[in-house]
Parts: sequence; C-alpha cells; structure tokens
Amino acid sequence: MEGLEHILRQHPFFADFAPEHGALVAGCARNHRFDPGDYLFREGDPADEFFLIRHGKVALEIVAPGQAPIVFATLGPGEIVGEAWLVPPYRWTIDARATELVRAIGIDAACLRGKCEADHHLGYEMMKRFLPVFIRRLHATQLQILDVYGKKR
Amino acid sequence: MVPESVSAAASLPDPFVPQIYRVGRLRRELHDTVTLELAPSAGRRPAFRPGQFNMLYVFGVGEIAVSLSGDSTDETHFVHTVRDVGAVSKAITELGTGATIGLRGPFGVGWPVEAAEGSDVVLVAGGLGLAPLRPAIYHILANRVRYGRVVILFGSRNPHDMLYRHELEEWRQHLDISIEVTVDHAEADWHGNVGVVPALIPRATFDRHNTIALVCGPEVMMRYSASALAEAGVPPERIYLSMERNMKCAIGLCGHCQFGPTFICKDGPVMQFARIAKIFAIREV
Ligand SMILES: Cc1cc2nc3c(=O)[nH]c(=O)nc-3n(C[C@H](O)[C@H](O)[C@H](O)COP(=O)(O)OP(=O)(O)OC[C@H]3O[C@@H](n4cnc5c(N)ncnc54)[C@H](O)[C@@H]3O)c2cc1C
Ligand code: FES
Repeated sequence: MEGLEHILRQHPFFADFAPEHGALVAGCARNHRFDPGDYLFREGDPADEFFLIRHGKVALEIVAPGQAPIVFATLGPGEIVGEAWLVPPYRWTIDARATELVRAIGIDAACLRGKCEADHHLGYEMMKRFLPVFIRRLHATQLQILDVYGKKR
Repeated sequence: MVPESVSAAASLPDPFVPQIYRVGRLRRELHDTVTLELAPSAGRRPAFRPGQFNMLYVFGVGEIAVSLSGDSTDETHFVHTVRDVGAVSKAITELGTGATIGLRGPFGVGWPVEAAEGSDVVLVAGGLGLAPLRPAIYHILANRVRYGRVVILFGSRNPHDMLYRHELEEWRQHLDISIEVTVDHAEADWHGNVGVVPALIPRATFDRHNTIALVCGPEVMMRYSASALAEAGVPPERIYLSMERNMKCAIGLCGHCQFGPTFICKDGPVMQFARIAKIFAIREV
C-alpha cells in the first residue's frame, strides 16, 4: 500500500493531495500493465475503474457501425482515462486502447465513490481535480467540432 | 517587450505600386495549397523579417495579403504558401512557373525572434498557420545557441492534410528541439497524437517564467492556445499571435484591417496577447 500511495502522490492529478486523502484513495488502487493493442475498457462495459497513466499512450476511440474506429484523443503520462465511472449508469461510452506499453494505476470506482460519499472533503477534492479535466476536454471537443482547419463556406 | 517592427514600406519607392515578380519553383503541398518562389523581375528582393507579409496582386483578379513562409536569409526570392479559399487565392495557386504577379511589401510587425533570445521558445501552429511561423523556425534553427528550449507544437485536421510534412520529419531529427504533432482525428492506424493542439501545451516542457510563445493558426485555435499557455503560466505579454483581417492599403491608411483600436497591417499582424486579449473575444471585432 505504501508503494501505491507513493506512486499516486507522484502523479500530477494528485499533486498537493492531503496525506490522509492519499491513503484513502490508495486503498482503492491497484497497478496495471497493458500491452500495445490491449483495451483498458470497451464501450458498453461497466465503468468500474478509471486509470491514471504513468507510462505509455492510450487512444480513445469511437466506433460507428460499419466504419473503422475513429481516434478522437490520445492521452499520455500524467493524464487520466475515464470519466463515466462518476455518473450513472456507470458504463463506458467509448473504447480506450493502449497504443504502446502502458503502465497505469487503476482506481476502483465503487470503492472511491463510497469513500467520497462517506468523506465529503475527499469527494470535494476529487471533484476539484476532475472538473478542470472535464472542462479542458469539453473545450477540446468544441474546437474539434468547429473543424477550424477546414475551408470557410 | 515590444515586437520588432520594420518599416519596410519606407524602403520601397511607392508602397501602393506593385512590383513585378516572376513565379519560380512551385510545390503543391496539399490538394488546395501551393508554395511558390517569387523572384523580382528586376533588382534585389527586399529584406524581410519572419512574420511579415506581402500583398500579392494577380492581374485582373485582385490583391490579397500573404505571409512570407521562406527563409529570410535566402535573398534571391520570396516564398509564399497559399491556400485556395476564394477568387484571388485560387488564381495564385493556379499560376505556373514563369508567370508574373504584382507584389507590394514586405509589411507589418514580425515575430519577436531577437527579443526571444535567451528564452525558451514555444511555437504553436495550426494548419496553414505553420507557414507564417516557418521563417521564425528557420531563424531559430540557424541561431540555435541563442535560445533555450525550443518546442514546436503543430495541429492538423488529419494525418493526410499535414502541411510541410517532410520538413516536420526533418526537424524531428534535431536532438535539440522538441516537436509534437497532433491531428484532430485519425483512424486507428495513425500512431501519433490525436486531439487539438492546445492540449499539447500542458504536456510540453518549458520554463514558464522564461518562455516566449509564438502562435499562428485559425483565430479560435489561437484563442484556445493562448488560454492554455496562460494557464500553463506564460505571462500574456510573452504570448504573440499572428492576426488576420482583410487588407487593402497594407500601410495603415484605409482602416480596412481595423481590429479594436489597432490596424493589423501596421500594428500587426504579430501582436502581443496582453494587448489584444480583451478585444479578441468580442465577436463583432
Ligand atoms: C497578414 C495576413 C497574412 C496571411 N497569410 C496567408 C498565407 O500565408 N497564406 C494564405 O493562403 N492566406 C493568407 N492570408 C489569408 C488570405 O489573405 C485570404 O485567404 C485571402 O484574402 C482570401 O481572398 P480570396 O479572394 O482568395 O477569397 P475571398 O473571396 O476574399 O474569400 C473566399 C472565402 O474564403 C473566406 N476566407 C477569407 N480569408 C480566409 C482565411 N484566411 N482562411 C479561410 N477562409 C478565408 C472568406 O470568408 C470567404 O468565405 C493572410 C491574411 C493576412 C491578413
Ligand atoms: S489595410 Fe489599410 S489600414 Fe490596414
């Protein structure tokens, strides 16, 4: 546990996290290794864990029936993968695939949700960290929708 | 820090009279984008600074502003990269070698490449925005020891529409610059980054207290990039953007290119984010 807690505290997502909160989150964490091509999760699966990338790159993909998967974002070290664990019905709506060897920390979603419910200070800390990630991703999506490099019509 | 200004117009006989240039080598970069070398039909080509632009005049069609995209130390010709978006730009991309074209310039305030000496430099380009930044990249590479870390972040629509792809690959071989390329979306066989170019900014390594950022691309992309740079700790007075507005006189007389209290042709096109941040977000400006 000591090891995982230390690794978690090194991750930018948990920068300046209070030690007691670090210990609580570490209680829900475990190490993962994904080989290139492995899926961290697939669309429709239960969103029971999210990931903090330590090494390697993950592609987020959407698949439309009859078409090749479209990659709409790649994430790397220091970033987090997965948001659907936060809101019901807790199911992934995208695929996340390792494009190279990925080492990550997985956080058990039910475990963390339970701890956030029991300790609202922890819950608020988690929200403060997740919200900027959501906002940045929302902005990125807006920019992608604008298709700014296309011709003006 | 004040951008370096050159009153190149003053060194021309009459800034309203186009000089005759001849099209030399041509290169089709993308299906709608061409790079042309333009040599003066008489005399030497005027000096220019990275970030400046010329007014290119296709006889019988019209005149548009186009940034210099070549090496400022190569004194034989100007290089321009033009994308076909309308009547005049289309006519330029259709010119053949040997054709003549009218040219006024160079005009405007360029990138602060000299003021950036001693600092880390982060260059953020989106799509065709790499063209006006290319002379700055050549300058920095030619004077590499004068700069700290050099980071080039480039965003493109997809892997097929990537401007100057071969050159990006060449620059990547340099061990003392860091280049990250991203595309807005890709199929699974693309192994590079996917996502918008501002998303590369928090991942890049530079000294936020001693960085000059040069940003060029579509206006929305510049707005998001400037915000991401500011969020990463780069002060707004050290972030420079290259602005575009329709131009007519190009020397600050007609008011066509007005942007808030400034004229893009003479106060820009390269402007400090600190100076324009407020008017940048106003839709009508
Ligand atoms: C300082 C400066 C530097 C520039 N540098 C370059 C350059 O290096 N290469 C280059 O290709 N262009 C550059 N431009 C843009 C170029 O001037 C315009 O694309 C050109 O004026 C369009 O004229 P047109 O007659 O071809 O099209 P128009 O008939 O005037 O416009 C056709 C359509 O294209 C749209 N349009 C106009 N400008 C743009 C634009 N910039 N991007 C996308 N759509 C546009 C118009 O809204 C219209 O819908 C620069 C502009 C400025 C002000
Ligand atoms: S184009 Fe005439 S004032 Fe700028």
